[in-house]
Amino acid sequence: MFYRESGQFKTSYRADQAIFTIPQDRIFFALFMLMAYVGVPLIASDYLYTALIIPFLCLSLAALGLNILTGYCGQLSLGTGAFMGVGAVSAWNLAYRIPDLNILVVFILAGLITAAVGMFFGLPSMRIKGFYLAVATLAAQFFLPWLFVKWGWLTNHNSSGVITAPQLELFGWVINTPMEKYLFALSIVALLALAAKNLVRSNPGRQWMAIRDMDIAAEIIGIRPMVAKLSAFAVSSFYVGVAGALYLFVYLGSTEPDGFNINLSFQTLFMIIIGGLGSILGSFLGAFFILLLPIFLTRVPPMLGFEFSTALVSHLEFMVFGALIVFFLIVEPHGLARLWQIAKEKLRIWPFPY
Amino acid sequence: MNARQWVASVVMGASLAGAAFAASAQEQMIPSMVYRTGPYAPSGIPVADGYQDFITLINQREGGINGVKLRVEECETQYNTERGVECYERLKALGGTIFSPYSTGITYALIDRAPADKAVIFSMAYGRASATVGNIFPWVFTAPITYWGGASAGIQYFASQLGGKDKLKGKKIAYVYIDIAYGKEPIPVFQNYAQELGFQLELVPVPAPGLEQKSIWLQIRQMRPDFVYLQGWGAMNAVSLKEAAAVGFPREKMLGVWYSSQDSDTQAAGAAAKGYKGLTFHGASRDLPILKQLKEVVLDKGLASNGAKHFGEIGYLRGALNALFVVEALRTAQEKFGKGKVMDGEQSRWGFENINFTEEKINKMGLQGFIAPMKLSCDNHLGDGKALVVQWQGDQWKPVSDWIEPEHPKLWPLYLRDAEAYAREKNIASRVCAKS
Repeated sequence: MFYRESGQFKTSYRADQAIFTIPQDRIFFALFMLMAYVGVPLIASDYLYTALIIPFLCLSLAALGLNILTGYCGQLSLGTGAFMGVGAVSAWNLAYRIPDLNILVVFILAGLITAAVGMFFGLPSMRIKGFYLAVATLAAQFFLPWLFVKWGWLTNHNSSGVITAPQLELFGWVINTPMEKYLFALSIVALLALAAKNLVRSNPGRQWMAIRDMDIAAEIIGIRPMVAKLSAFAVSSFYVGVAGALYLFVYLGSTEPDGFNINLSFQTLFMIIIGGLGSILGSFLGAFFILLLPIFLTRVPPMLGFEFSTALVSHLEFMVFGALIVFFLIVEPHGLARLWQIAKEKLRIWPFPY
Repeated sequence: MNARQWVASVVMGASLAGAAFAASAQEQMIPSMVYRTGPYAPSGIPVADGYQDFITLINQREGGINGVKLRVEECETQYNTERGVECYERLKALGGTIFSPYSTGITYALIDRAPADKAVIFSMAYGRASATVGNIFPWVFTAPITYWGGASAGIQYFASQLGGKDKLKGKKIAYVYIDIAYGKEPIPVFQNYAQELGFQLELVPVPAPGLEQKSIWLQIRQMRPDFVYLQGWGAMNAVSLKEAAAVGFPREKMLGVWYSSQDSDTQAAGAAAKGYKGLTFHGASRDLPILKQLKEVVLDKGLASNGAKHFGEIGYLRGALNALFVVEALRTAQEKFGKGKVMDGEQSRWGFENINFTEEKINKMGLQGFIAPMKLSCDNHLGDGKALVVQWQGDQWKPVSDWIEPEHPKLWPLYLRDAEAYAREKNIASRVCAKS
């Protein structure tokens, strides 16, 4: 009823290949973006920006990057945290050593450096797959943070190894307030998400999915596994690298290399598992679930008027959060994105299901 | 689903702002960033308890500060940077002015935010050592000591054990540290001392989280150092103590920085910890007058946080000291900006910069043996505090030295150099302070 498609004919290839094929989706998405660009800045507080939305944007970009690799190409990776670190450290070095470099160029170059590093650590994927590959990428997770600590030049020989992001400036626009930072991060994430959406719908994406579904069959029909796998590693690492640069420059401001530890890798992996493997929307939903839901949970008992101790609230949060993960994985193993899709399908035939 | 999320968060944000408005009318909100859960909870719980109990003491005994009630608002960070930043923003929206994150990672993330937010970051003996320079870090306080000061005090203690600084020549000191920013922080100070005094410095990094140290301690046994200075964190410390016992390195020759010598560390190491020494920046024994006051006013009335399970522990005293600084800053600020008023960020900072613990004041407040006299100022956010060496008796810590003053004249040029490098990097102008 709400989502009725009858009468909407696609009369050209263009219409058939659009990202949003029906007007309802287009309207919803347009409203959503309008909300993100206009609505949020009108009503959001600093708390909302700096504590919730900006980290959400950074981590959903990282999850998106990992989703390209794991969800679309089927290559399990546990090195996301380290690759974010590569992005952050290289962006910092570029900005520090070439002060006049445009910040967008810094981000792109940082992404490219991370892509190169990611490809290098993706080489074992030629020979091994599945859990074995996960362990091989774990090597990146241990090696890279170690390198940031040992190679003093990377942190300009700072005694404690902490790097501090410079002032953000884009064509004379000084990005200072939380709202400006939010808009900056939102634009980058929106652009990259659009690029990812198109990428996975075109030739490279189809190659990745073929490799994911059955690599031998893919090879037989003429897909070169090396090109497909390494391009997935490169694109994925590019996204993760930019996410790392955003994480340092826009969100934290300064951090130590140890901040890009294995917990971050696990966190992003859980995001895409909960959100939905092989789904752009899933990366965002997963980031919301893993990052923001626990914070909301800590607020529930006080909101209901319970005066629990901080420790109890925190333990409750762990319990409820754990239970929710189990619940969602049982109800829909394909993630929140799939739930969203099912909801849309149900709305299509509501109120007369057949 | 998405739209609903946004609405929910917006409603929440609005209610937050409303709450902040209502609260600031009668009472001063005291933020308390704690970690009562997570891997580092054994360190976090005593601190959180001590902090809360000291504020309760002030509320019970004096009815707050000049009639302004203090209301502690706790927020659980789990020692996680993202959660810490969220807590900071949440507590700030509720009217908090002075924040003590109790984590290196969170502190670094907040240092950059503080000036825009007009929030005081009080990283008591942790975080960035050079934030001591008030001209460049107007919103960050490191009183009463930094890791660099700890290193300096440690070297002096070793020298006093041998009978003089010249006796250190040709000796060997091993610096065993966890290989993250926190552990790496004092290395330049040790290196300077090694050069100056002619002892051999062995740097022994332990990869985080430091739960496996067998080979490291075998290596240390081969080095045969005269002293070991330990800067570990969390579970690493107990492992170090046990491994030291296993290779037979005397615990009496091991000195741990304050975060390596807490009750949770020595209790976890059991018998292996006996004789181990630790640095503190406050008095630590069970018969301090401040503990008597806390017992009378808070504990015996059943008002203690968390059932006083950690009463009198070193972490508990540390939490109390943190609260003492906060209360003193607010009290000082009230003297200038109006008694009985709620202080904002700017005023709290002024109060902090004018904290002056004189001998007379310490005696009057019953803080004998707890803190050494110190004075903060606009350009000196450290107060040049002192350190104390305590030894683990098997069940509690006992002081075994007098107050040791770190060689501040040697450290200040280092602070200034590092702070100036930061200012250049971030393009911040140095604030001009009246001479203090």
